[in-house]
Amino acid sequence: MSTFRFFAVAGLSLCSIAVIAQESPGLGELVSSDELAALDYAVLPNGDGLPAGSGTAVEGSTVYQQYCFACHGDKGSGGINDALSGGHGSMTSKSPVKTVGSFWPYATTVFDYVRRAMPLSSPGVLTNDQLYAVTAYLLFINDVVDENDVIDAKSLPDVKMPNRDNFVWGYAPGT
Amino acid sequence: MAEFDELPAAGNGLLDRRFFLRAGVASGAALMTASASSLERQEWMKGPGAGMSEAGAPSSHESHVVRASIGSLTGTTGTGASRTPLQLLDGIITPSRLHFERHHSGIPDIDPDQHRLVLHGLVERPLSFSLDALARYPMVSRIQFLECSGNSGASMAPEPAQGTCAALHGLVSASEWGGVPLSVLLEEAGVKPAGKWLIAEGADSAMMSRSVPMDKIMDDAIVALYQNGERLRPSNGYPMRLFLPGWEGNMCVKWLRTIKVVDQPSMTKDETSKYSDLQSDGVSTLFTFPMGVKSLITSPSPGLSMGAPGLYQISGIAWSGAGKIKRVEVSADGGKSWADAALDAHVMPKCLTRFRSAWRWEGSPAVILSRATDESGSIQPTRETVLKGRSTAAFYHYNGIQAWHVAENGEVTNVYV
Ligand code: HEC
Repeated sequence: MSTFRFFAVAGLSLCSIAVIAQESPGLGELVSSDELAALDYAVLPNGDGLPAGSGTAVEGSTVYQQYCFACHGDKGSGGINDALSGGHGSMTSKSPVKTVGSFWPYATTVFDYVRRAMPLSSPGVLTNDQLYAVTAYLLFINDVVDENDVIDAKSLPDVKMPNRDNFVWGYAPGT
Repeated sequence: MAEFDELPAAGNGLLDRRFFLRAGVASGAALMTASASSLERQEWMKGPGAGMSEAGAPSSHESHVVRASIGSLTGTTGTGASRTPLQLLDGIITPSRLHFERHHSGIPDIDPDQHRLVLHGLVERPLSFSLDALARYPMVSRIQFLECSGNSGASMAPEPAQGTCAALHGLVSASEWGGVPLSVLLEEAGVKPAGKWLIAEGADSAMMSRSVPMDKIMDDAIVALYQNGERLRPSNGYPMRLFLPGWEGNMCVKWLRTIKVVDQPSMTKDETSKYSDLQSDGVSTLFTFPMGVKSLITSPSPGLSMGAPGLYQISGIAWSGAGKIKRVEVSADGGKSWADAALDAHVMPKCLTRFRSAWRWEGSPAVILSRATDESGSIQPTRETVLKGRSTAAFYHYNGIQAWHVAENGEVTNVYV
């Protein structure tokens, strides 16, 4: 195949994926499963991607005081940054208050997001146990779990968030 | 010729869109008299000018043309946005230095030699690509807009917010984006049949992540390496970003680091807590991806006051996530009558399109509007239509018609009609 056709195919027709693949330079390097484990942060609502470890809200309260309180306030009531609790039942009101408890559809998102991004100035400092514990704490201050409920890879996906049934999809796959 | 050229096309002085083509812009300008001193040999003509340089910069007289309304959440410096000064630009390409910014935890300083893009999850072969490797793949480039779905959110406020186009609508820009079709890389990795979505994640401190359906990826997604001919700016994802033509900006993950193929969306914070659309009945819609058909008059606009009554060009931008702009209409009487605007030659899919209308402003108060139609037949809605059924806390995907009020003294302000 000439150079000319190679680029013509690649540039104009994404339908010809098979053709492109044959002609792609094939420069991707295989990644080992150890390497993947180190970079895979994705958590799915069904629990896929959740690591080993566990924690309770009681333990999480300590983590929260040390790492989160300064920005998110007492029991997640909000401080210089977002409130993480309250607002329950306010979505149909004139001034809805969106928080983890009043709005978020999936509990797994709390673990996923906090592990990626919080605490803001030093994400990555918390151990998996601390992450489960502070997740449990955020759920506890929103009356979603009890203080001593053990949150781990198995129990977290089963936690039903109060606002879960109020979400629809604006995108239909295959359209 | 004057009567022919000034053929009225709609109420309150709007002229036929061919006016500028036929008459040139001379008639208005000819009335101005040059002051004698500016016609003499000027200081800068009395000796050689500056020498060459390795990289250019705008004229020092243009130092006011900068990103505006820069804001970050309390206690942060990089969790916020800066906006494109749309009212000070013409044409359709946004200079890279003025492209809007929206970051979730600052701009990472990435060493391109250390950076890798990893494809994994439901694939036959998890693969890692260096920047040098990607640069050897066949590339495509297209001129397309990028819009934050929170753009124009101020227009949902009960009272019209006062500010420039930048402040109100500056989270949209357009660039030539060049890069490797993601479908090519995924084909190399071998997507398993169950792989219907992917999770794209950035190498910023927040590891910003979004779920993207596979259909879109196979349609026209690229791993962008180039913006307007040069490598991406750090604020636009250097050394690589996902670019999804016509879809909300937040999904075009910057500093792209991993792509995990999955069978369902991840429901990340930025696709649930944020970037979902709350209705007044309490129901929220997730995954409202394409940006709706929209237009905006950038001149005249707030901050660009009109001078003496006379002939003016109304100019602005129109765009749609569904494809090309087919038509832009302009009104100078608050929407009672409309006239077709002229479209500049470059009308491309999912790109900004520049429109222009001629307007004989008599000096009385006027309300000017623009309304775009795209090739799918969608017409830009009124503000009232957009807001119907939305919660007061809804914020994203506002594409309503923008009205500007021109006062007798030429001052331009934001109004709702
Ligand atoms: C230095 C201040 C700071 C600290 C400390 C901090 N956060 Fe945050 N947090 C923020 C900011 C700023 C945001 C908003 C980020 C954005 O909008 O992209 C945020 C957002 C969040 C959100 C999302 C809120 C929503 O409704 O979308 C959660 C959940 C959260 N933080 C949890 C935590 C937890 C748990 C800790 C402690 C481990 C923590 N944060 C520590 C500043 C902080």
